Amino acid sequence: MNYLIDPFANNEFMRLALFGGILVACTCAIAGTFVVLRGLAFVGDALAHGVLPGIATAMLLGVSGIVGAAIGAAVMMGGVSVVSRRFRLSGDTAIGLLFVGMLALGVMITSRSSSFVGDLAHILFGELLGITTTDLAWQFIALVIVGIIAFVGRRPFLLLSVDDGLARTSGFSARLFHNVMLTMVAITVIASFQTVGTLLVLGMLIAPAATGSLFARRIESMMLIAALVGSLSTYIGLLVSYHYDLAAGASIVLTAVVIFAISATANEIRKSRGHDHHDHEHPHVHGEIHV
Amino acid sequence: MTSIHASSLAVGYGKRPVVDNISLNMQPGELLVLIGTNGSGKSTLLKTLAGLINPMHGDLSLLGSAPGQLPTQVAYLPQHPVSSHTLPLCVQDVVAMGRYAHLGLFKRSTDTDRAIVLESMKRTGIDSQANDPIRDLSGGQQQRTHLAQVLARRAEVLLLDEPTAGLDLNGRKAVSDLIATERARGVTVVLATHELADAESADLVMLLAQRVVSLGAPADALRDEYLRECFGFTQPH
Repeated sequence: MNYLIDPFANNEFMRLALFGGILVACTCAIAGTFVVLRGLAFVGDALAHGVLPGIATAMLLGVSGIVGAAIGAAVMMGGVSVVSRRFRLSGDTAIGLLFVGMLALGVMITSRSSSFVGDLAHILFGELLGITTTDLAWQFIALVIVGIIAFVGRRPFLLLSVDDGLARTSGFSARLFHNVMLTMVAITVIASFQTVGTLLVLGMLIAPAATGSLFARRIESMMLIAALVGSLSTYIGLLVSYHYDLAAGASIVLTAVVIFAISATANEIRKSRGHDHHDHEHPHVHGEIHV
Repeated sequence: MTSIHASSLAVGYGKRPVVDNISLNMQPGELLVLIGTNGSGKSTLLKTLAGLINPMHGDLSLLGSAPGQLPTQVAYLPQHPVSSHTLPLCVQDVVAMGRYAHLGLFKRSTDTDRAIVLESMKRTGIDSQANDPIRDLSGGQQQRTHLAQVLARRAEVLLLDEPTAGLDLNGRKAVSDLIATERARGVTVVLATHELADAESADLVMLLAQRVVSLGAPADALRDEYLRECFGFTQPH
Protein backbone atom coordinates (compact mmCIF):
# COMPACT_ATOMS: atom_id res chain seq x y z
CA MET A 1 0.00 0.00 0.00
CA ASN A 2 2.86 2.33 0.88
CA TYR A 3 4.22 1.66 -2.57
CA LEU A 4 1.04 3.04 -4.07
CA ILE A 5 0.36 6.03 -1.79
CA ASP A 6 3.58 7.15 -0.11
CA PRO A 7 5.09 8.86 -3.15
CA PHE A 8 2.11 11.23 -3.17
CA ALA A 9 1.59 11.46 0.58
CA ASN A 10 5.22 12.36 1.28
CA ASN A 11 6.05 14.63 -1.66
CA GLU A 12 4.27 17.83 -2.55
CA PHE A 13 5.76 17.85 -6.06
CA MET A 14 4.17 14.45 -6.67
CA ARG A 15 0.77 15.68 -5.47
CA LEU A 16 1.02 18.75 -7.70
CA ALA A 17 2.06 16.53 -10.59
CA LEU A 18 -0.91 14.24 -9.95
CA PHE A 19 -3.38 17.12 -9.82
CA GLY A 20 -1.81 18.71 -12.90
CA GLY A 21 -1.86 15.43 -14.79
CA ILE A 22 -5.52 14.83 -13.92
CA LEU A 23 -6.42 18.33 -15.14
CA VAL A 24 -4.53 17.63 -18.39
CA ALA A 25 -6.30 14.26 -18.67
CA CYS A 26 -9.74 15.89 -18.29
CA THR A 27 -8.93 18.69 -20.77
CA CYS A 28 -7.50 16.21 -23.29
CA ALA A 29 -10.50 13.88 -22.80
CA ILE A 30 -12.90 16.60 -23.94
CA ALA A 31 -10.84 17.86 -26.88
CA GLY A 32 -9.47 14.40 -27.72
CA THR A 33 -12.95 12.94 -28.11
CA PHE A 34 -13.63 15.26 -31.02
CA VAL A 35 -10.07 14.82 -32.37
CA VAL A 36 -10.73 11.07 -32.59
CA LEU A 37 -14.30 11.38 -33.91
CA ARG A 38 -13.48 13.95 -36.59
CA GLY A 39 -10.17 12.34 -37.50
CA LEU A 40 -8.01 15.31 -36.54
CA ALA A 41 -5.06 13.37 -35.15
CA PHE A 42 -2.67 14.72 -37.78
CA VAL A 43 -3.88 18.28 -37.17
CA GLY A 44 -3.41 17.72 -33.44
CA ASP A 45 0.11 16.44 -34.08
CA ALA A 46 0.88 19.42 -36.29
CA LEU A 47 -0.47 21.85 -33.71
CA ALA A 48 1.54 20.17 -30.98
CA HIS A 49 4.73 20.69 -33.01
CA GLY A 50 3.68 23.96 -34.59
CA VAL A 51 3.76 25.73 -31.23
CA LEU A 52 7.46 24.93 -30.82
CA PRO A 53 8.91 28.01 -32.60
CA GLY A 54 6.45 30.24 -30.74
CA ILE A 55 7.48 28.88 -27.37
CA ALA A 56 11.18 29.00 -28.26
CA THR A 57 10.93 32.61 -29.47
CA ALA A 58 9.00 33.60 -26.36
CA MET A 59 11.69 32.07 -24.18
CA LEU A 60 14.38 33.83 -26.19
CA LEU A 61 12.58 37.14 -25.62
CA GLY A 62 11.82 36.39 -21.99
CA VAL A 63 8.07 36.30 -22.61
CA SER A 64 5.64 33.67 -21.26
CA GLY A 65 5.81 30.39 -23.18
CA ILE A 66 2.00 30.25 -23.23
CA VAL A 67 1.85 33.49 -25.24
CA GLY A 68 4.41 32.13 -27.70
CA ALA A 69 2.51 28.84 -27.97
CA ALA A 70 -0.73 30.69 -28.70
CA ILE A 71 0.93 32.70 -31.48
CA GLY A 72 2.56 29.55 -32.89
CA ALA A 73 -0.80 27.73 -32.91
CA ALA A 74 -2.52 30.68 -34.59
CA VAL A 75 0.17 30.82 -37.30
CA MET A 76 -0.11 27.07 -37.79
CA MET A 77 -3.92 27.08 -38.15
CA GLY A 78 -3.96 30.17 -40.35
CA GLY A 79 -1.15 28.80 -42.51
CA VAL A 80 -2.90 25.48 -43.08
CA SER A 81 -6.07 27.30 -44.08
CA VAL A 82 -4.28 29.64 -46.50
CA VAL A 83 -2.06 26.95 -48.07
CA SER A 84 -4.91 24.48 -48.59
CA ARG A 85 -7.24 27.08 -50.12
CA ARG A 86 -4.86 29.25 -52.14
CA PHE A 87 -2.70 26.50 -53.57
CA ARG A 88 -5.43 23.87 -53.96
CA LEU A 89 -3.56 21.32 -51.92
CA SER A 90 -5.24 18.62 -49.88
CA GLY A 91 -5.62 19.36 -46.18
CA ASP A 92 -3.08 16.78 -45.06
CA THR A 93 -0.45 18.07 -47.52
CA ALA A 94 -0.91 21.61 -46.21
CA ILE A 95 -0.73 20.37 -42.61
CA GLY A 96 2.41 18.34 -43.40
CA LEU A 97 4.15 21.33 -44.98
CA LEU A 98 3.37 23.65 -42.09
CA PHE A 99 4.13 20.92 -39.57
CA VAL A 100 7.70 20.26 -40.74
CA GLY A 101 8.29 23.95 -41.48
CA MET A 102 7.29 25.05 -37.99
CA LEU A 103 9.17 22.18 -36.35
CA ALA A 104 12.33 23.00 -38.29
CA LEU A 105 11.97 26.68 -37.38
CA GLY A 106 11.57 25.75 -33.72
CA VAL A 107 14.68 23.57 -33.75
CA MET A 108 16.66 26.33 -35.54
CA ILE A 109 15.64 28.90 -32.93
CA THR A 110 16.52 26.59 -30.05
CA SER A 111 19.88 25.78 -31.66
CA ARG A 112 20.85 29.46 -31.32
CA SER A 113 21.89 28.85 -27.76
CA SER A 114 23.38 25.86 -25.99
CA SER A 115 21.35 26.79 -22.91
CA PHE A 116 18.27 25.94 -24.95
CA VAL A 117 19.06 22.23 -24.91
CA GLY A 118 17.41 21.84 -21.53
CA ASP A 119 14.56 24.13 -22.51
CA LEU A 120 13.92 22.13 -25.69
CA ALA A 121 13.55 18.98 -23.64
CA HIS A 122 11.23 20.88 -21.33
CA ILE A 123 9.08 22.02 -24.28
CA LEU A 124 8.96 18.61 -25.93
CA PHE A 125 8.51 16.45 -22.86
CA GLY A 126 7.13 18.83 -20.26
CA GLU A 127 8.19 19.23 -16.66
CA LEU A 128 5.40 17.57 -14.78
CA LEU A 129 7.41 17.12 -11.60
CA GLY A 130 8.25 20.81 -11.55
CA ILE A 131 4.79 22.34 -11.97
CA THR A 132 3.57 24.96 -9.55
CA THR A 133 0.19 25.95 -8.19
CA THR A 134 0.16 28.76 -10.79
CA ASP A 135 0.53 26.14 -13.53
CA LEU A 136 -2.37 24.25 -11.97
CA ALA A 137 -4.49 27.40 -12.04
CA TRP A 138 -3.73 27.95 -15.74
CA GLN A 139 -4.52 24.33 -16.50
CA PHE A 140 -7.82 24.60 -14.62
CA ILE A 141 -8.76 27.74 -16.57
CA ALA A 142 -7.96 25.89 -19.80
CA LEU A 143 -10.15 22.98 -18.69
CA VAL A 144 -13.07 25.33 -18.02
CA ILE A 145 -12.65 27.11 -21.39
CA VAL A 146 -12.38 23.82 -23.31
CA GLY A 147 -15.40 22.48 -21.40
CA ILE A 148 -17.48 25.55 -22.29
CA ILE A 149 -16.47 25.39 -25.97
CA ALA A 150 -17.33 21.68 -26.12
CA PHE A 151 -20.68 22.21 -24.38
CA VAL A 152 -21.75 25.11 -26.56
CA GLY A 153 -20.49 23.49 -29.76
CA ARG A 154 -21.54 19.92 -28.97
CA ARG A 155 -24.26 19.75 -31.63
CA PRO A 156 -22.30 21.13 -34.61
CA PHE A 157 -19.20 19.21 -33.44
CA LEU A 158 -21.20 15.99 -33.46
CA LEU A 159 -22.66 16.74 -36.89
CA LEU A 160 -19.17 17.55 -38.21
CA SER A 161 -17.93 14.25 -36.81
CA VAL A 162 -20.48 12.51 -39.03
CA ASP A 163 -20.30 14.70 -42.15
CA ASP A 164 -19.63 18.34 -43.04
CA GLY A 165 -22.69 18.32 -45.31
CA LEU A 166 -24.95 17.21 -42.47
CA ALA A 167 -23.72 20.12 -40.37
CA ARG A 168 -24.33 22.59 -43.20
CA THR A 169 -27.80 21.31 -44.05
CA SER A 170 -28.63 21.52 -40.34
CA GLY A 171 -27.90 25.23 -40.35
CA PHE A 172 -24.37 25.23 -38.87
CA SER A 173 -21.34 26.71 -40.64
CA ALA A 174 -18.95 23.79 -41.17
CA ARG A 175 -15.94 26.09 -41.59
CA LEU A 176 -16.72 28.17 -38.49
CA PHE A 177 -17.23 25.21 -36.18
CA HIS A 178 -14.28 23.32 -37.65
CA ASN A 179 -12.12 26.32 -36.74
CA VAL A 180 -13.72 26.51 -33.29
CA MET A 181 -12.89 22.84 -32.82
CA LEU A 182 -9.27 23.46 -33.89
CA THR A 183 -9.10 26.37 -31.46
CA MET A 184 -10.28 24.05 -28.70
CA VAL A 185 -7.51 21.57 -29.61
CA ALA A 186 -4.97 24.41 -29.73
CA ILE A 187 -5.97 25.62 -26.25
CA THR A 188 -5.55 22.08 -24.97
CA VAL A 189 -2.10 21.77 -26.54
CA ILE A 190 -0.97 25.19 -25.31
CA ALA A 191 -2.16 24.56 -21.77
CA SER A 192 -0.69 21.08 -21.61
CA PHE A 193 2.81 21.75 -22.90
CA GLN A 194 3.96 22.74 -19.39
CA THR A 195 2.99 19.37 -18.00
CA VAL A 196 3.35 16.58 -20.57
CA GLY A 197 5.11 18.63 -23.26
CA THR A 198 4.21 19.28 -26.88
CA LEU A 199 5.49 15.92 -28.08
CA LEU A 200 3.48 13.86 -25.63
CA VAL A 201 0.28 15.88 -25.42
CA LEU A 202 -0.91 14.16 -28.60
CA GLY A 203 -0.74 10.84 -26.77
CA MET A 204 -3.02 12.20 -24.05
CA LEU A 205 -5.36 13.63 -26.69
CA ILE A 206 -5.71 10.39 -28.61
CA ALA A 207 -5.00 7.28 -26.51
CA PRO A 208 -7.63 7.82 -23.74
CA ALA A 209 -10.28 9.00 -26.23
CA ALA A 210 -9.55 6.03 -28.50
CA THR A 211 -10.04 3.75 -25.49
CA GLY A 212 -13.32 5.51 -24.77
CA SER A 213 -14.51 4.99 -28.35
CA LEU A 214 -14.11 1.23 -27.93
CA PHE A 215 -16.71 1.01 -25.21
CA ALA A 216 -18.88 4.14 -25.23
CA ARG A 217 -22.22 4.58 -26.97
CA ARG A 218 -22.58 8.25 -26.20
CA ILE A 219 -20.21 11.16 -26.59
CA GLU A 220 -20.52 11.99 -22.90
CA SER A 221 -19.55 8.48 -21.83
CA MET A 222 -16.64 8.50 -24.32
CA MET A 223 -15.36 11.67 -22.63
CA LEU A 224 -15.89 10.20 -19.17
CA ILE A 225 -14.01 7.00 -20.02
CA ALA A 226 -11.24 9.07 -21.65
CA ALA A 227 -10.94 11.24 -18.51
CA LEU A 228 -10.80 8.16 -16.27
CA VAL A 229 -8.21 6.43 -18.48
CA GLY A 230 -6.14 9.61 -18.65
CA SER A 231 -6.29 10.12 -14.90
CA LEU A 232 -5.44 6.47 -14.22
CA SER A 233 -2.54 6.74 -16.68
CA THR A 234 -1.32 9.83 -14.82
CA TYR A 235 -1.38 8.00 -11.48
CA ILE A 236 0.29 4.83 -12.78
CA GLY A 237 2.78 6.78 -14.89
CA LEU A 238 3.82 8.97 -11.97
CA LEU A 239 4.16 5.95 -9.70
CA VAL A 240 6.35 4.11 -12.22
CA SER A 241 8.35 7.27 -12.81
CA TYR A 242 8.92 7.75 -9.07
CA HIS A 243 9.93 4.21 -8.24
CA TYR A 244 12.04 3.50 -11.33
CA ASP A 245 13.42 7.00 -11.97
CA LEU A 246 11.86 7.31 -15.41
CA ALA A 247 10.63 10.39 -17.30
CA ALA A 248 7.21 11.26 -15.86
CA GLY A 249 5.47 12.60 -19.00
CA ALA A 250 6.64 9.70 -21.15
CA SER A 251 5.61 7.16 -18.48
CA ILE A 252 2.10 8.63 -18.37
CA VAL A 253 1.61 8.65 -22.12
CA LEU A 254 3.04 5.15 -22.53
CA THR A 255 0.67 3.93 -19.81
CA ALA A 256 -2.27 5.46 -21.70
CA VAL A 257 -1.20 3.71 -24.91
CA VAL A 258 -0.75 0.39 -23.06
CA ILE A 259 -4.23 0.74 -21.52
CA PHE A 260 -5.61 1.26 -25.02
CA ALA A 261 -3.78 -1.82 -26.32
CA ILE A 262 -5.06 -3.97 -23.44
CA SER A 263 -8.60 -2.60 -23.82
CA ALA A 264 -8.66 -3.13 -27.58
CA THR A 265 -7.37 -6.68 -27.20
CA ALA A 266 -9.90 -7.48 -24.46
CA ASN A 267 -12.66 -5.98 -26.60
CA GLU A 268 -11.71 -8.13 -29.57
CA ILE A 269 -11.56 -11.28 -27.43
CA ARG A 270 -14.97 -10.44 -25.95
CA LYS A 271 -16.47 -9.96 -29.41
CA SER A 272 -14.92 -13.11 -30.82
CA ARG A 273 -16.40 -15.10 -27.96
CA GLY A 274 -19.81 -13.71 -28.75
CA HIS A 275 -20.13 -12.02 -25.40
CA ASP A 276 -20.64 -8.63 -26.89
CA HIS A 277 -23.68 -7.92 -24.78
CA HIS A 278 -24.94 -4.39 -24.64
CA ASP A 279 -24.00 -2.57 -21.52
CA HIS A 280 -27.48 -1.08 -21.21
CA GLU A 281 -26.04 2.36 -20.95
CA HIS A 282 -29.33 3.66 -22.26
CA PRO A 283 -32.81 3.12 -21.02
CA HIS A 284 -35.10 1.20 -23.35
CA VAL A 285 -36.51 3.12 -26.28
CA HIS A 286 -39.73 3.67 -24.39
CA GLY A 287 -37.75 5.37 -21.66
CA GLU A 288 -35.99 8.70 -22.00
CA ILE A 289 -34.67 9.67 -25.43
CA HIS A 290 -31.71 12.04 -25.48
CA VAL A 291 -31.79 14.77 -28.11
CA MET B 1 -46.43 29.11 -52.04
CA THR B 2 -44.37 27.26 -54.64
CA SER B 3 -42.16 24.70 -52.90
CA ILE B 4 -39.37 24.61 -55.44
CA HIS B 5 -38.81 27.04 -58.29
CA ALA B 6 -35.97 26.73 -60.78
CA SER B 7 -35.48 28.76 -63.91
CA SER B 8 -32.66 28.23 -66.42
CA LEU B 9 -30.70 26.61 -63.60
CA ALA B 10 -27.24 25.20 -64.23
CA VAL B 11 -25.62 22.93 -61.64
CA GLY B 12 -22.09 21.59 -61.48
CA TYR B 13 -18.68 21.81 -59.89
CA GLY B 14 -16.11 24.52 -60.48
CA LYS B 15 -16.67 26.03 -63.90
CA ARG B 16 -18.07 22.88 -65.46
CA PRO B 17 -21.86 22.52 -65.54
CA VAL B 18 -23.06 18.95 -65.09
CA VAL B 19 -26.66 19.78 -66.04
CA ASP B 20 -28.00 23.09 -67.27
CA ASN B 21 -31.21 24.68 -68.44
CA ILE B 22 -33.32 23.19 -65.64
CA SER B 23 -36.68 24.88 -65.19
CA LEU B 24 -39.40 23.55 -62.95
CA ASN B 25 -42.06 24.49 -60.42
CA MET B 26 -43.19 22.20 -57.64
CA GLN B 27 -46.17 22.65 -55.38
CA PRO B 28 -46.58 21.32 -51.81
CA GLY B 29 -47.20 17.58 -51.73
CA GLU B 30 -45.70 16.89 -55.14
CA LEU B 31 -43.11 14.22 -55.89
CA LEU B 32 -40.33 14.77 -58.42
CA VAL B 33 -38.35 11.67 -59.34
CA LEU B 34 -34.88 12.15 -60.85
CA ILE B 35 -33.80 9.20 -62.96
CA GLY B 36 -30.51 8.70 -64.75
CA THR B 37 -27.35 6.66 -64.90
CA ASN B 38 -24.37 7.23 -62.61
CA GLY B 39 -22.87 10.64 -63.28
CA SER B 40 -26.02 11.92 -64.97
CA GLY B 41 -26.34 14.82 -62.53
CA LYS B 42 -28.99 13.56 -60.07
CA SER B 43 -26.86 13.96 -56.96
CA THR B 44 -25.40 17.26 -58.17
CA LEU B 45 -28.90 18.68 -58.58
CA LEU B 46 -29.95 17.41 -55.15
CA LYS B 47 -26.85 18.89 -53.51
CA THR B 48 -27.61 22.19 -55.18
CA LEU B 49 -31.18 22.09 -53.89
CA ALA B 50 -29.80 21.29 -50.41
CA GLY B 51 -27.50 24.30 -50.53
CA LEU B 52 -24.28 22.27 -50.50
CA ILE B 53 -23.27 23.47 -53.99
CA ASN B 54 -23.94 26.95 -55.32
CA PRO B 55 -25.99 27.15 -58.53
CA MET B 56 -23.75 28.06 -61.48
CA HIS B 57 -26.38 30.32 -62.95
CA GLY B 58 -30.13 30.69 -63.17
CA ASP B 59 -32.72 31.13 -60.43
CA LEU B 60 -33.44 28.64 -57.68
CA SER B 61 -35.59 28.95 -54.58
CA LEU B 62 -37.04 26.56 -52.04
CA LEU B 63 -40.09 27.80 -50.15
CA GLY B 64 -39.30 31.26 -51.42
CA SER B 65 -35.72 31.33 -50.07
CA ALA B 66 -32.30 30.58 -51.49
CA PRO B 67 -31.04 27.00 -51.03
CA GLY B 68 -29.58 26.32 -47.59
CA GLN B 69 -31.40 29.20 -45.93
CA LEU B 70 -34.18 27.15 -44.32
CA PRO B 71 -32.52 24.23 -42.53
CA THR B 72 -35.59 23.51 -40.40
CA GLN B 73 -37.82 23.21 -43.46
CA VAL B 74 -35.58 21.37 -45.90
CA ALA B 75 -34.07 17.95 -45.13
CA TYR B 76 -31.49 16.13 -47.24
CA LEU B 77 -30.50 12.48 -47.25
CA PRO B 78 -27.15 12.05 -49.02
CA GLN B 79 -26.42 9.11 -51.28
CA HIS B 80 -24.00 7.45 -48.89
CA PRO B 81 -24.60 8.74 -45.37
CA VAL B 82 -21.50 8.38 -43.26
CA SER B 83 -21.68 5.89 -40.42
CA SER B 84 -18.13 6.03 -39.20
CA HIS B 85 -17.11 2.87 -37.39
CA THR B 86 -15.50 5.08 -34.77
CA LEU B 87 -18.68 6.94 -33.88
CA PRO B 88 -19.82 5.88 -30.43
CA LEU B 89 -23.45 6.64 -31.18
CA CYS B 90 -26.55 4.55 -30.85
CA VAL B 91 -29.44 4.68 -33.31
CA GLN B 92 -31.60 7.07 -31.30
CA ASP B 93 -28.70 9.56 -31.01
CA VAL B 94 -28.21 9.56 -34.78
CA VAL B 95 -31.94 10.06 -35.35
CA ALA B 96 -32.02 12.81 -32.71
CA MET B 97 -29.45 14.73 -34.77
CA GLY B 98 -32.33 15.40 -37.13
CA ARG B 99 -33.70 17.80 -34.50
CA TYR B 100 -30.50 19.87 -34.24
CA ALA B 101 -31.61 22.26 -36.99
CA HIS B 102 -34.56 23.20 -34.76
CA LEU B 103 -32.59 23.27 -31.51
CA GLY B 104 -29.57 25.26 -32.70
CA LEU B 105 -26.77 25.73 -30.19
CA PHE B 106 -28.64 26.51 -27.04
CA LYS B 107 -32.28 25.30 -27.05
CA ARG B 108 -33.03 22.41 -24.74
CA SER B 109 -34.84 19.48 -26.29
CA THR B 110 -38.46 19.05 -25.25
CA ASP B 111 -40.84 16.12 -24.88
CA THR B 112 -42.07 16.98 -28.37
CA ASP B 113 -38.56 16.54 -29.79
CA ARG B 114 -38.21 13.20 -28.07
CA ALA B 115 -41.66 12.08 -29.29
CA ILE B 116 -40.73 13.04 -32.87
CA VAL B 117 -37.49 11.04 -32.64
CA LEU B 118 -39.35 8.00 -31.34
CA GLU B 119 -42.05 8.29 -33.98
CA SER B 120 -39.46 8.67 -36.76
CA MET B 121 -37.70 5.49 -35.63
CA LYS B 122 -41.01 3.63 -35.58
CA ARG B 123 -41.90 4.82 -39.05
CA THR B 124 -38.70 3.40 -40.52
CA GLY B 125 -38.92 0.25 -38.40
CA ILE B 126 -35.67 0.86 -36.56
CA ASP B 127 -37.18 1.55 -33.12
CA SER B 128 -36.41 -1.96 -31.84
CA GLN B 129 -32.71 -1.15 -32.31
CA ALA B 130 -32.88 2.32 -30.80
CA ASN B 131 -30.18 1.50 -28.28
CA ASP B 132 -27.86 -0.40 -30.62
CA PRO B 133 -24.59 1.23 -31.72
CA ILE B 134 -24.97 2.33 -35.33
CA ARG B 135 -21.52 0.92 -36.15
CA ASP B 136 -22.85 -2.58 -35.38
CA LEU B 137 -25.83 -2.34 -37.78
CA SER B 138 -26.13 -3.68 -41.31
CA GLY B 139 -26.10 -1.30 -44.27
CA GLY B 140 -29.87 -1.52 -44.62
CA GLN B 141 -30.43 -0.79 -40.92
CA GLN B 142 -28.07 2.17 -41.10
CA GLN B 143 -30.02 3.46 -44.10
CA ARG B 144 -33.27 3.18 -42.10
CA THR B 145 -31.59 5.10 -39.28
CA HIS B 146 -30.54 7.94 -41.59
CA LEU B 147 -33.99 8.01 -43.16
CA ALA B 148 -35.48 8.34 -39.65
CA GLN B 149 -33.07 11.21 -39.02
CA VAL B 150 -34.38 13.00 -42.10
CA LEU B 151 -37.99 12.41 -41.02
CA ALA B 152 -37.20 13.78 -37.55
CA ARG B 153 -36.46 17.14 -39.18
CA ARG B 154 -40.23 17.46 -39.88
CA ALA B 155 -39.30 19.41 -42.99
CA GLU B 156 -41.57 20.71 -45.71
CA VAL B 157 -39.19 19.66 -48.48
CA LEU B 158 -37.42 16.28 -48.52
CA LEU B 159 -34.42 15.74 -50.80
CA LEU B 160 -33.68 12.02 -50.93
CA ASP B 161 -30.68 10.66 -52.83
CA GLU B 162 -31.27 6.97 -53.47
CA PRO B 163 -32.98 6.28 -50.13
CA THR B 164 -33.67 2.65 -51.03
CA ALA B 165 -30.00 1.80 -51.62
CA GLY B 166 -29.12 -1.24 -49.54
CA LEU B 167 -32.74 -1.96 -48.59
CA ASP B 168 -34.55 -5.22 -49.23
CA LEU B 169 -37.99 -5.42 -50.86
CA ASN B 170 -39.78 -4.74 -47.57
CA GLY B 171 -37.54 -1.75 -46.97
CA ARG B 172 -38.25 -0.38 -50.44
CA LYS B 173 -41.99 -0.76 -49.88
CA ALA B 174 -41.64 0.97 -46.50
CA VAL B 175 -39.80 3.92 -48.09
CA SER B 176 -42.45 4.16 -50.79
CA ASP B 177 -45.18 4.24 -48.10
CA LEU B 178 -43.24 6.84 -46.12
CA ILE B 179 -42.98 9.13 -49.13
CA ALA B 180 -46.73 8.73 -49.76
CA THR B 181 -47.48 9.63 -46.14
CA GLU B 182 -45.22 12.67 -46.24
CA ARG B 183 -46.80 13.89 -49.46
CA ALA B 184 -50.25 13.46 -47.95
CA ARG B 185 -49.33 15.98 -45.25
CA GLY B 186 -48.11 18.45 -47.86
CA VAL B 187 -44.41 17.66 -47.95
CA THR B 188 -42.69 18.14 -51.30
CA VAL B 189 -40.30 15.30 -52.16
CA VAL B 190 -37.45 15.14 -54.65
CA LEU B 191 -36.20 11.59 -55.04
CA ALA B 192 -33.12 10.48 -56.99
CA THR B 193 -33.21 6.84 -58.03
CA HIS B 194 -32.11 4.27 -60.58
CA GLU B 195 -35.45 2.45 -60.33
CA LEU B 196 -38.01 3.25 -63.01
CA ALA B 197 -40.67 1.72 -60.76
CA ASP B 198 -40.16 4.58 -58.28
CA ALA B 199 -41.53 6.96 -60.90
CA GLU B 200 -44.98 5.40 -61.06
CA SER B 201 -46.47 7.53 -58.30
CA ALA B 202 -44.58 10.72 -59.19
CA ASP B 203 -46.14 13.98 -60.28
CA LEU B 204 -43.02 14.84 -62.23
CA VAL B 205 -40.19 12.76 -63.64
CA MET B 206 -36.91 14.22 -64.82
CA LEU B 207 -34.71 11.99 -66.98
CA LEU B 208 -31.10 13.10 -66.74
CA ALA B 209 -28.05 12.29 -68.84
CA GLN B 210 -25.78 15.26 -68.01
CA ARG B 211 -28.67 17.26 -69.45
CA VAL B 212 -32.42 17.23 -69.03
CA VAL B 213 -33.59 14.55 -71.45
CA SER B 214 -37.23 14.89 -70.45
CA LEU B 215 -39.34 16.48 -67.73
CA GLY B 216 -43.04 15.96 -67.20
CA ALA B 217 -45.67 13.53 -66.01
CA PRO B 218 -44.41 9.92 -65.90
CA ALA B 219 -46.29 8.89 -69.05
CA ASP B 220 -44.68 11.73 -71.01
CA ALA B 221 -41.20 11.76 -69.50
CA LEU B 222 -40.68 8.00 -69.68
CA ARG B 223 -41.46 7.56 -73.37
CA ASP B 224 -39.35 4.98 -75.18
CA GLU B 225 -37.29 7.47 -77.16
CA TYR B 226 -36.28 9.28 -73.97
CA LEU B 227 -35.43 6.07 -72.13
CA ARG B 228 -33.37 4.88 -75.07
CA GLU B 229 -31.54 8.18 -75.13
CA CYS B 230 -30.93 8.05 -71.40
CA PHE B 231 -30.15 4.36 -70.83
CA GLY B 232 -29.71 2.89 -74.31
CA PHE B 233 -32.74 0.60 -73.85
CA THR B 234 -36.46 0.81 -73.16
CA GLN B 235 -38.58 -0.75 -70.47
CA PRO B 236 -40.63 -3.85 -71.43
CA HIS B 237 -44.26 -3.16 -72.33
